[in-house]
Amino acid sequence: MTIAETLVYSRPKSFTETQSHYCPGCTHGVAHRLVAEVLDEMGMREHTIGVASVGCSVFAYNYLNMDFVQAPHGRAPAMATGVKRVYPDRVVFTYQGDGDMISIGTGEIIHAAARGENITVIFLNNANYGMTGGQMAPTTLPGMKTTSSPNGRDVETMGFPIRAAEMLSTLDGASYVVRRSLHNPKNIRMAKKAIRTAFETQVRGLGFSMVELLSSCPTNWGITPGDSLQWIEDKMVPYYPIGDYKVSQMVADAKI
Amino acid sequence: MTKELMKGNIAIAEAAIRAGLQAYFGYPITPQTELLEWMSARMPELGRAFVQSESELGAINMVYGAACTGKRVMTSSSSPGVSLMMEGLSYIAGTEVPMVLVDVMRGGPGLGNIAPSQSDYNQIVHGGGHGDYHTICLAPSSVQESIDLTVLAFDLAEKYRAISVVLTDGSLGQMMEPGELPPMQPLKTKFSDWAVSGTEGRERRFLSSIYIDPPAEEVINLRLLRRWQQIQASEVRYKDYYLDDADFAVVGFGSVGRIALSAVRTARAEGIKVGLLRPVTVSPFPTQQISELATRVKGILVTEMNSGQMLDDVNLAVAGKVPVEFFARLGGVVPFPDEILAEIRRMATSDLKLEGHPRDRWLARMAA
Repeated sequence: MTIAETLVYSRPKSFTETQSHYCPGCTHGVAHRLVAEVLDEMGMREHTIGVASVGCSVFAYNYLNMDFVQAPHGRAPAMATGVKRVYPDRVVFTYQGDGDMISIGTGEIIHAAARGENITVIFLNNANYGMTGGQMAPTTLPGMKTTSSPNGRDVETMGFPIRAAEMLSTLDGASYVVRRSLHNPKNIRMAKKAIRTAFETQVRGLGFSMVELLSSCPTNWGITPGDSLQWIEDKMVPYYPIGDYKVSQMVADAKI
Repeated sequence: MTKELMKGNIAIAEAAIRAGLQAYFGYPITPQTELLEWMSARMPELGRAFVQSESELGAINMVYGAACTGKRVMTSSSSPGVSLMMEGLSYIAGTEVPMVLVDVMRGGPGLGNIAPSQSDYNQIVHGGGHGDYHTICLAPSSVQESIDLTVLAFDLAEKYRAISVVLTDGSLGQMMEPGELPPMQPLKTKFSDWAVSGTEGRERRFLSSIYIDPPAEEVINLRLLRRWQQIQASEVRYKDYYLDDADFAVVGFGSVGRIALSAVRTARAEGIKVGLLRPVTVSPFPTQQISELATRVKGILVTEMNSGQMLDDVNLAVAGKVPVEFFARLGGVVPFPDEILAEIRRMATSDLKLEGHPRDRWLARMAA
C-alpha cells in the first residue's frame, strides 16, 4: 500500500531561511509570514519592493525575500511614495511599527493616505517601543506601565492613545483601512485575508491600503507568550476593536 | 538653440528636466518656489513623477525612495527647508544613492528672511547631517551657469553615487537673464546593478544605510572617504580672472563672486593689479589652487554673504603664507561692488598683517 504525500505546509518563496532576531512569542514572525504567503499566492514576489522601517522590524529585509529599501524612522510612507511614483507597476509596501508610524512618522502616513498613494502599509501595533526596550508609544494603553511610564500611562500628562486605523479611515484618499489581530488562529486567518485584500487593492490601482495588526510583545510586557496573546484579547481588542474602518466602494465592488 | 530670458529658478528646473529628470519632489519655500511651480506643470505634462510633499522631510524621503531605483531624481528648497532635509541627506549619503538638491539660500538663522544669503555654506559643504560624508557642491554665479551646473550635477551624482548640490541664492534664483538651455536628453532606461526594481530574473537587492557591525560600517566610511579623495582629485572647478600678473587676489563664490568681478574690473581700470578666483565647486574646494595663489600674491581678500564660512577653508589653503583679509554682508544684505572695491583699494594701499584673524580685523573695522 502506498501513501500519497500531500505537501500542506512549506516555506513561502517570499520568506528567506534566515533565522529571525525576534523574541520568543513575538508575533512579528507571524505577520512576516502572512505577507510572504500572500505575495507568493499572488505571484508578485519578483515585482515587489518593500520598505523597511526603524524599530524591531528594522531587519525585515533579511526575512522577506524580495527587493527592499530601508527608511529613516517614520519616513517609510514617503520613501514608498518615491519608489511607487517611479515604478507604478510594482507592488510597494511598508512594514512599520506603532512608534515608527504613528509617532515620529505621523505626518508621512497621514499624507500618504490623503494622497491616495497606491501603496500598502502593514502596521504592527504592540502598544510600546519594542526595540529600544519597551518605552511608552502613542498606542500605549491608559494606565499601562512601560519603562518611560513607570507608574502607568497617566492620560492627564501623557495624553491618550491614537487609534490609527480609525484616524486614517477619515481620509478620502484611503481605500482600504482595517484592523486585525494576531492573537489566535481565527484572527490570524482573518489578518491574512485582509493583507491579501490590501495588496489586491494596490494591484488594481485603487489607492492607499493599510492593515493594522494587534501584536504581542512578551519581552517588554513582562509576561509569558501565552499570557501576551490573552492580554491582546482582554486589553487591546476592547480599546482597538477589530474591524473594517474604510472599504471604499471600488474595493467593495472588486469583491476580492 | 537660442538664448531666452529666464528666471534663475526656472532655468534650473527646465535644465533638470532636459538633463533627464525622472522624478521631482518638493515643498514650497521662498525664494525657491518658482522652481517647484515649474515642475508641477512640466513634469506631469511629460509623463514624469511630481509630488508636492507634506514637508521637506517628506520630500527628501520621497527622493530617497526614488533614488534607490537609480532614476534621475531631485528636490529643491531654501535654507530652513534644507535644514529639515539633513536627516534624509545623511541616509542618502550612507546608502550611496545619487540625487540632486538645489538650495536657493536665504538669510538666517531661524526663519531669517527671504533675501539672498550664503549662510548654508557650512551646512552643505561641511556636513549638516550626521556621520562622515561629503556632498559635491556647485555654486553658479549666473543664470547660464545655473543651467550648466544643474546638468553637471546629475552626471557627477551618478558617476560617484553621491549627493550633488546646486548652491545658489535668492538673487540668482529670482533674477532674469538670457540663458541657453541644453537639448532634451532621453530618459534613462538602463539602471545600475545596485538599483532596486523587483527581483525578476536576478538575486534580490536591498539598499540601506544600516551596518550594525561597527567594522562593517568602518569599511563603508573608508569607501566613502576614498571616493571623496577621487572626487577631490578630479572634480575641482573654478574660474580665474586677471590672476596672471596679479599682486592681489579676491576669492568669492556664487553671486558674491560675480559682484566681486565688477569690483576687480574697476580696480584694474584704476591700475590696481588685482584678480579674482571664483570657486565653482565649493566642495571639493580649490584648496591647491588657492594655496598656489598664496605663493605669488601679496594679499587675498575673501568676500562672502555669511560670517566667513568659506574664509575658514581659504585660511586652511593659504596656511599663513600671505595676509588674508575679509569682507562680508550678512543676514540677507547683498554687498555693492563699491564696497568690495573699497576693500580692494584698502588691501592694495595698507600694511597687511599676518597676525590675528581676518574676521576679527573685519569686525574691528566695522566697529571703528
